[in-house]
Amino acid sequence: MDLAGVAPAETLVPSTTDEVADILRDTTGTLMAVGSGTKVGWAAPPASCDLMLRMTGLDRVVDHQPGDLVVVAEAGVRLSALQKQLAQHNQMLALDPPEDGATLGGIVGANASGPRRLRFGTVRDLLIGVTVVLADGTTARSGGKVVKNVAGYDLGKLYTGAHGSLGVVVSTTWRLHPLPPARGAVVVRVADAAQAGRFEALLSRSTLTPTAVELRWDGAAGELVVLFESIAASVDAQSDAAIALLGTGERVDTPPPWFGERPRGGIVLRLAYVPHALPDVLTALPDGSSGTASACTGVAYVSVPSDTDLAALRTTIAPHDGSAVVVEAPDELRDRIDHWGPVPDSFGLMKRVKDQFDPGRRLSPGRLLGGL
Amino acid sequence: MTEQLIAKQDQASPRTLALAERLRTAIGAAKVLTDPSQLRTYECDGLEAFRVRPGVVVLAEERDDVVRTVKLCAEAGIPFVARGSGTGLSGGAVPVADGVLIVLTRLRRILDVDPDNARMTVEPGVINLAVSRAAAPNGQAYAPDPSSQQVCSIGGNVAENSGGAHCLKYGFTVNHVMGAEVVLPDGKVVHLGGSAPEHPGYDLLGAFVGSEGTLGVVTSVTVRLIKVPEAVQTMLVGFHSVADAAGTVSDIIAAGILPAAIEMMDALAIEAAEAAVQCNYPAGAAAVLVIELDGPGVEVAEQFDHVETLAQARNAFETRIAQDDEERALMWRGRKSAFAAVGRISPSYYVQDGVIPRTRLPEILADIDALAERADLRVANVFHAGDGNLHPLILFDDAVPGATQAAEELGFAILDLCIDAGGSITGEHGVGIEKKSKMASQFTAADLDTMQLVRCAFDPDGLANPGKVFPTPRLCGERPGVRTAGTAPDPTLGEVF
Ligand SMILES: Cc1cc2nc3c(=O)[nH]c(=O)nc-3n(C[C@H](O)[C@H](O)[C@H](O)COP(=O)(O)OP(=O)(O)OC[C@H]3O[C@@H](n4cnc5c(N)ncnc54)[C@H](O)[C@@H]3O)c2cc1C
Repeated sequence: MDLAGVAPAETLVPSTTDEVADILRDTTGTLMAVGSGTKVGWAAPPASCDLMLRMTGLDRVVDHQPGDLVVVAEAGVRLSALQKQLAQHNQMLALDPPEDGATLGGIVGANASGPRRLRFGTVRDLLIGVTVVLADGTTARSGGKVVKNVAGYDLGKLYTGAHGSLGVVVSTTWRLHPLPPARGAVVVRVADAAQAGRFEALLSRSTLTPTAVELRWDGAAGELVVLFESIAASVDAQSDAAIALLGTGERVDTPPPWFGERPRGGIVLRLAYVPHALPDVLTALPDGSSGTASACTGVAYVSVPSDTDLAALRTTIAPHDGSAVVVEAPDELRDRIDHWGPVPDSFGLMKRVKDQFDPGRRLSPGRLLGGL
Repeated sequence: MTEQLIAKQDQASPRTLALAERLRTAIGAAKVLTDPSQLRTYECDGLEAFRVRPGVVVLAEERDDVVRTVKLCAEAGIPFVARGSGTGLSGGAVPVADGVLIVLTRLRRILDVDPDNARMTVEPGVINLAVSRAAAPNGQAYAPDPSSQQVCSIGGNVAENSGGAHCLKYGFTVNHVMGAEVVLPDGKVVHLGGSAPEHPGYDLLGAFVGSEGTLGVVTSVTVRLIKVPEAVQTMLVGFHSVADAAGTVSDIIAAGILPAAIEMMDALAIEAAEAAVQCNYPAGAAAVLVIELDGPGVEVAEQFDHVETLAQARNAFETRIAQDDEERALMWRGRKSAFAAVGRISPSYYVQDGVIPRTRLPEILADIDALAERADLRVANVFHAGDGNLHPLILFDDAVPGATQAAEELGFAILDLCIDAGGSITGEHGVGIEKKSKMASQFTAADLDTMQLVRCAFDPDGLANPGKVFPTPRLCGERPGVRTAGTAPDPTLGEVF
């Protein structure tokens, strides 16, 4: 596998935590842990990679306690496989990033989520325990197997979105949810950015409880899907109420095929901003952009043309506490594009965290913000 | 509690008094207390057994008071402890003898209300309930609702990652805090997170929430607000056995229903609440459940019926449904006053906080009973049953020699049960000073060393609330597992990118 243009000198496929620990203890070079590799492009290319660890060998679901709505699974377990197993007990891990074959470790590392973050949150809200192997081979756990737990620092939050730069995630423990018995959606045409904003505001301020509100945006107009998942009577009543609230819309049993998929081509960005800035963010996009927005959460994935001035776009959305992170870039841009954008005032602190966890800068060096 | 920490000195050391003088010049004399009689008020928090008199108390009125104080502490190498409302139950805000206590209760401005984005930004001394009050006109609310919500501060909530009855459905403080302004232990101000989600870089905010004042002082907090739900329904159910009540909880969860709250009280807790607030709970109940559902009207109505059926199937002998907000408030009053109420039936009591996997409730409650009997003490149980968060209230008479120690030992034996069951030594009250020795039972030395890497990044000199959370502080610069000195990170490495 090619790591965003960098070819690892060697690849190992460990199958236990101890093997991962041994590898880290017995080697000294730079190293990158990879699951299925679906989100390698979500961070900057590594400064170097002597060794690639394919985590797909750690693929056991260690413990599922249906009565406690908790599961422990190794980092290489594929989300789709886990969901299948959980579904037999009418349960789910309430994360829906669309990347095919994505592993739990990769989802944690990249902090990947999908439309239903509106209701269930993201990795940081669902990951209740984590085990990592540090750069020196130490195996360390934080959190636990119960949802409510404030003993010690919650390092799961720190490893989430760290792209493996603080430690190699080997095992994850999750809070689960019951599978909703029924689902249905309302689909609405959206004429322009201003109308997208009005719909967002109406839904955000209403007492409806959709699990997702997704906007597909073609650059000038779009389509909005309001997803309800609950008992049938509630899906029914809420769908009708949504149509009344928005003054338009059509009921469908399943959302359209674009729902939950990420855009492809050009430069793909993950935008984040305060939710009500949706129309301003949409109009700030250069011509030829398209994508999807999780409308009531303030997150969008958009494809923008390859010649987009990212710095200018970042400046435009900055007043909305906006950020734009590259998740896919054409090969020819990959090495010179600014993946993460400007660093915050806490960057010095982030560097100190990295220095503490990985003083030799072995783990995914250069992948993160500001070259961390 | 056995290691009653009572500061012996009447006056702070000359070094600390010199710092106090510098503080007076920097922020104004009226905000700096050194008179021992004034310092007395700040000796302890809600866990009164631990007392330490601080050297200096700073009553901060604005952010810059905090910045200047922390800077001067850093220069002098004198430790400081942040204090909110002082309701903490694990000794987290217990001062350091001869150190500085920074009191934040006067920083209580609401800085920004943003209903369109469902955000509010407040100073750390703002009371939890004040946030929901300020949000209410817009049909919004702040979800985390500790029972102490009328008095505890948002800064304290952030430091403890506080929970509340409704956290079963809505999550804890960490799930609702979007951003924080923090004065680091060297006096530098940083902003962690913000108003928008997904800030690029490490989620330092996530690590900070729940760090119990050991990583810095919060000077403003941006929270996410939820919508006030369309419908709320509450029922109070009486059972003849604790096992039936616990079984009902499991049945509700197994039916795929996620109530806003499921709270349990046992007979002794009911007796106490009855004595204190006349909540009129079902007579003769061995246990009651307070179950609340919220959400869209149709959903609540159907699921509420379902819950009632499940309770009947477990031999509930009385089910009351709140007909209006007043009746709902009455049902909650018994539960929310339970801690203090126990004072009515016992000269002293000691609140523990532990977590077990919910499915093991009946078994663990029986084990607690057995332990209590052996210790010849009574235990009243009040807890967040939905998420297995136990609050055993251990009743004792502090006039009886040895009783205090016996109560503490029983509390710790209950924590051992929690650990053995795969749970945690604290679900919401924090580790503080009280339970730091127990951290070594729940975590390995490597786990604890790794957590402290974060401490070393934020506070290499260990000045922020030292002596809390961790049983043994690590010297920063050590590598985990390698307890030899001399491996401090190369200071030039940070510039290499
Ligand atoms: C009757 C009663 C009921 C309770 N019920 C609950 C409950 O249901 N759920 C629950 O979670 N807790 C509960 N608690 C515990 C307590 O109220 C919470 O822990 C609360 O968050 C503490 O807030 P405080 O402002 O009193 O903080 P304090 O007690 O003053 O401080 C607590 C900790 O926070 C730190 N701190 C305070 N302010 C700051 C700041 N600005 N920056 C950095 N660190 C800071 C302190 O150093 C200390 O470590 C209860 C307590 C009582 C007395």
